[in-house]
Amino acid sequence: MQDDVVTVKEFRKIYGGTVAVDSISFDVRKGEIFGLLGPNGAGKTTTMETLEGLRQPTAGSMSVMGVDPVRTPADLHKLIGVQLQSSSLPGSMTPHEAMEFFCAYHQVPSRHDLLDRLGLSEKKSAQFSTLSTGQQRRLALALAIAHEPPVVLLDEPTAGLDVGSRVELHEVMRELQAKGTTIILATHDMAEAEKMADRVAILLKGRIAAEGSPTQLTAAGKGLVKISVSSESASLSQGTIAFPAVSQQMIKDEYVIFYSRDAGETVPAVLEYLKAQDDHLVDLRVERPSLEDRFLEITQPDQPVGGQS
Amino acid sequence: MNAFFYHFMYDFRTGLRDKSLLLLNYLFPLGFYILMGLLMTGLNPTFAPTMIPTMILVAMMACTLLGLPNPVVESREAGIFRSFKINGVPALSIITIPLLSSMVHILLVSAIITVTAGPLFGAGLPVNWGYFVLILFLTGFTMASIGMLIGVVSPNSRSIVLFSQAIFLPSMILGGLMVPSSMLPPALYRVSLLLPTTYAMNAWRGLAFGLPPTVDPRLSMLVLLASAIIAFGLAIYLFNWDSKNRQAGHNPLLGLLALLPYVLGVLFLVS
Repeated sequence: MQDDVVTVKEFRKIYGGTVAVDSISFDVRKGEIFGLLGPNGAGKTTTMETLEGLRQPTAGSMSVMGVDPVRTPADLHKLIGVQLQSSSLPGSMTPHEAMEFFCAYHQVPSRHDLLDRLGLSEKKSAQFSTLSTGQQRRLALALAIAHEPPVVLLDEPTAGLDVGSRVELHEVMRELQAKGTTIILATHDMAEAEKMADRVAILLKGRIAAEGSPTQLTAAGKGLVKISVSSESASLSQGTIAFPAVSQQMIKDEYVIFYSRDAGETVPAVLEYLKAQDDHLVDLRVERPSLEDRFLEITQPDQPVGGQS
Repeated sequence: MNAFFYHFMYDFRTGLRDKSLLLLNYLFPLGFYILMGLLMTGLNPTFAPTMIPTMILVAMMACTLLGLPNPVVESREAGIFRSFKINGVPALSIITIPLLSSMVHILLVSAIITVTAGPLFGAGLPVNWGYFVLILFLTGFTMASIGMLIGVVSPNSRSIVLFSQAIFLPSMILGGLMVPSSMLPPALYRVSLLLPTTYAMNAWRGLAFGLPPTVDPRLSMLVLLASAIIAFGLAIYLFNWDSKNRQAGHNPLLGLLALLPYVLGVLFLVS
């Protein structure tokens, strides 16, 4: 496709005798946020690090804006900004120095404003080793985007961040996207992927198990609506009651949870039942399936929807 | 050039503000220098004429063999080099800049020792300052290259201690620092020719201090130069960005090739 910025074709990576990534292909379009999801060991970081030029593929090809990360890594640095999952800076280096240092190598003016933007203004002169995990990750993000690369790769960017920092980082990602920056986001956080990503690929045992927009993926699942009901006398938890359209039922805390194919049939029946039992409704929640539900459906097919019942 | 200069200045500052590097670059060699000046010049009258090169060699070894390798291994293990790589920092800069900043630390300590050793402890001064400075640069480059190679090939800090001490301790005893190489028994003299300090002291004695050398001092300089070039080249060739992703075909044992000039010295320079 003409506006594909990143292309991965039949990428395969083998460590020793272990297949980490097994012939995956995907494209990322200009200006989109593309999520790479998957459980630990699914191959997300291997894929990201190969795109970043840190690893060599066993087979297949990759390109970032037409540049092969393996053959011409020197051209890659100008095109990508990377926040690695595991990386560090010298313990005695300050955020101010780090910004000067990397901007000098990128041959761009220092972007100290990014340190302020990401809440590091008071820590500019603190040594890297004294920064908290969240501050170190925010610094890594500031350094990744300082040279305004057209493609940004973020590997678990919100791991270890507090809620405020997470919101701030999401705002920065949206700002980058608004400027036309393409973002590849590897994450465990399904809510983050659902909120931020335009398209996602779910990796499972080195293969792409599903790909599409979060809405498409969610719709492609069993499509069960989650109905959580709490009542005063807990009459619903006295054995299994056959309500219409319900395919699974479980009890969690004070709630009885029904997974229904049609909430319009199930909810009135539940309310009718409570009335008949002279029980009073305390809380009723109806939720559409989330990306996390779909993710669990794909990665743990033997588990009942919604977890242990 | 701007990036290279900024990187160099950062690395040089690190050598001053990192406590362990400050200790190895300045405090230990200068403290040892004062101690030796107070003790040895009184106990051993033959020490004073070669006190300046001896103390400079101790400073060089502390800075390069003990101080230089550890940050290399720590940076590789902590993923610092990965951060450097994705931001376009070339491997050549990672190898060259710590080597150059070590040379500057060595030059500063050497200047302090050279200026003060005469008035404070009656140490002999060079009779040929040109050769003195030339051998200082050559030996500093050799030691720094060997230190960098140790950092590049060492998988962890324990290996660094092993490799560095395998050179540092024998050099202190057999390398012509405390006792002239010519006074060693033949077997130990052969062993001493495996050490860079033996050649540095021989070159300084013969060319800079007007003292009798054990072998041709120009051959000593040639051995040091060959060693520096081989160690520096191997450090670049064997450099790895990532401990988890070593490049195939670059066996760290190749680092042993840095011993080649010294082995040739043992074979051909023993009269």
